[in-house]
Amino acid sequence: MTNFFDTNLGTLLIVLGQVLLVVVPLLVALAFLLYADRKIWAAVQLRRGPNVVGVFGLLQSFADFIKYAVKEIVYPAGADKVVFLLAPMITLCMALIAWAVIPFNDGWVVSDINVAILYVMAVSSLEVYGVIMGGWASNSKYPFLGSLRSAAQMISYEVSLGLIIIGIIISTGSMNFGDIVAAQDGRYGIFSWYWLPHFPMLFLFLISAMAETNRPPFDLPEAESELVAGYQVEYSSTPFLLFMIGEYVAIVLMCALVSLLFLGGWLSPIPGLPDGIGWMLLKICFVFFIFSMVKAITPRFRYDQLMRIGWKVFLPLSLFWVVLVAFLAKFEILGGAYARWAIGG
Amino acid sequence: MTIAALAFWLFSICVIAGGFFTVVSRNPVHSVLWLILAFLSSAGLFVLLGAEFVAMLLIIVYVGAVAVLFLFVVMMLDVDFAELKAGMAQYLPLALLIGVVLLMQLGMAFGVWQFADGAEAARAAVAPTDTHNTAALGLILYDQYFLLFQLAGLILLVAMIGAIVLTLRHRKDVKRQNVLEQMWRDPADSMELKDVKPGQGL
Repeated sequence: MTNFFDTNLGTLLIVLGQVLLVVVPLLVALAFLLYADRKIWAAVQLRRGPNVVGVFGLLQSFADFIKYAVKEIVYPAGADKVVFLLAPMITLCMALIAWAVIPFNDGWVVSDINVAILYVMAVSSLEVYGVIMGGWASNSKYPFLGSLRSAAQMISYEVSLGLIIIGIIISTGSMNFGDIVAAQDGRYGIFSWYWLPHFPMLFLFLISAMAETNRPPFDLPEAESELVAGYQVEYSSTPFLLFMIGEYVAIVLMCALVSLLFLGGWLSPIPGLPDGIGWMLLKICFVFFIFSMVKAITPRFRYDQLMRIGWKVFLPLSLFWVVLVAFLAKFEILGGAYARWAIGG
Repeated sequence: MTIAALAFWLFSICVIAGGFFTVVSRNPVHSVLWLILAFLSSAGLFVLLGAEFVAMLLIIVYVGAVAVLFLFVVMMLDVDFAELKAGMAQYLPLALLIGVVLLMQLGMAFGVWQFADGAEAARAAVAPTDTHNTAALGLILYDQYFLLFQLAGLILLVAMIGAIVLTLRHRKDVKRQNVLEQMWRDPADSMELKDVKPGQGL
């Protein structure tokens, strides 16, 4: 019995347990994050927001969940049924499997691989298929237009996201999240983190992340005023729920990425306080709060403006930043602030 | 059977099935989706080989960008299936001929194939053990074969510029937004307050 966990079945059970340990708390937390999102949005607009189901409306998301789950699935006439149902599943699966490489504390990660960042980029580049397939399979005009827009948008912003991440990789000398966080561990606490040396890129990353996850002010794929709800028009019931959850899981993933890459992950901001998972969760919630505030206070972009800012502003800026960081890291200017591997940080 | 072997069989079957259905699918969009399955499964095979960097690049570049463009084009096509089938009988002999020639060439090539001494060992030694394969690839591309890599990049750049030059058309009849001009506008030189007397107008 001692080495049952070394056998194939044992390994499989351990991995399964780890996966459940990540996914279940994530989905439960998501219910409350959704609630928080709506509350913040309401507060900015001087409304009350959800306040009926449960104490302070805390159970609103669960009520919504039951409502979606018991409704009837409607197939549009002439829809490609298989692809129609595959699309929301792909969206949710791709959003969830990216969490396999996200560590919550030192070593608390399902899969500790050395190309972790690339893996996240690869998986998030697959998310676009849910949108395209959903829009195409609906066999309807608005979803199709919405999905075309969305695909172009997601691909465009992935490029600048990737380039920003390359700057971080150069500074760290590794693509593993554990190494990246370890490289931000320094004597100065919060000032050792990458947000300071990579300051402009923090904002570029936040904005690109919003565009990549179709979050307002970049929610053009859904644009209610022009496309009704874009690729989601024909979806009802559980498939719609899957799209919705997938979208939010991707948003929280981006929040986790920001806190790992720029805000030091599980490191404590004040030297002397213990590091731990609490800081990581706190940082994710903080970034999510910023995402909600941006949603509440900014008007929607126009599509050509979105494309212009992506290709003509963000891409050259982030490309220039990669060259600059490579230069600063190579010659170890600023005492290794850009070359953490040089000072053994 | 170990998990790695199980994964190998799963991915291999997916690659072959994906490739097969890419060819036989009636609907071109389904074809592209099967092709994507084949790409993804081959990325899985790369991971099993220990080449995780190549696997991730395969997904990011081929699945995340190239196949999306494929899908874009194919979705927009207005394919008339009846017309497609009408041409089938006409081109079938030629297609069969090409197929047979290819098959014969492959058969001839593989029929006389002989493994060189140490070829197996050389292949197995490709994956370095002391360093990550990301770093190993970087050393090969940017240190060992720096000049060739840069030349390849230059060729691609020229091709890209050529494609842009060939397809770029400046349209004069479109209204364009000059964002900088809009941002630097100020009320002083775009507005003027006038005191208009009643009954006179400007």
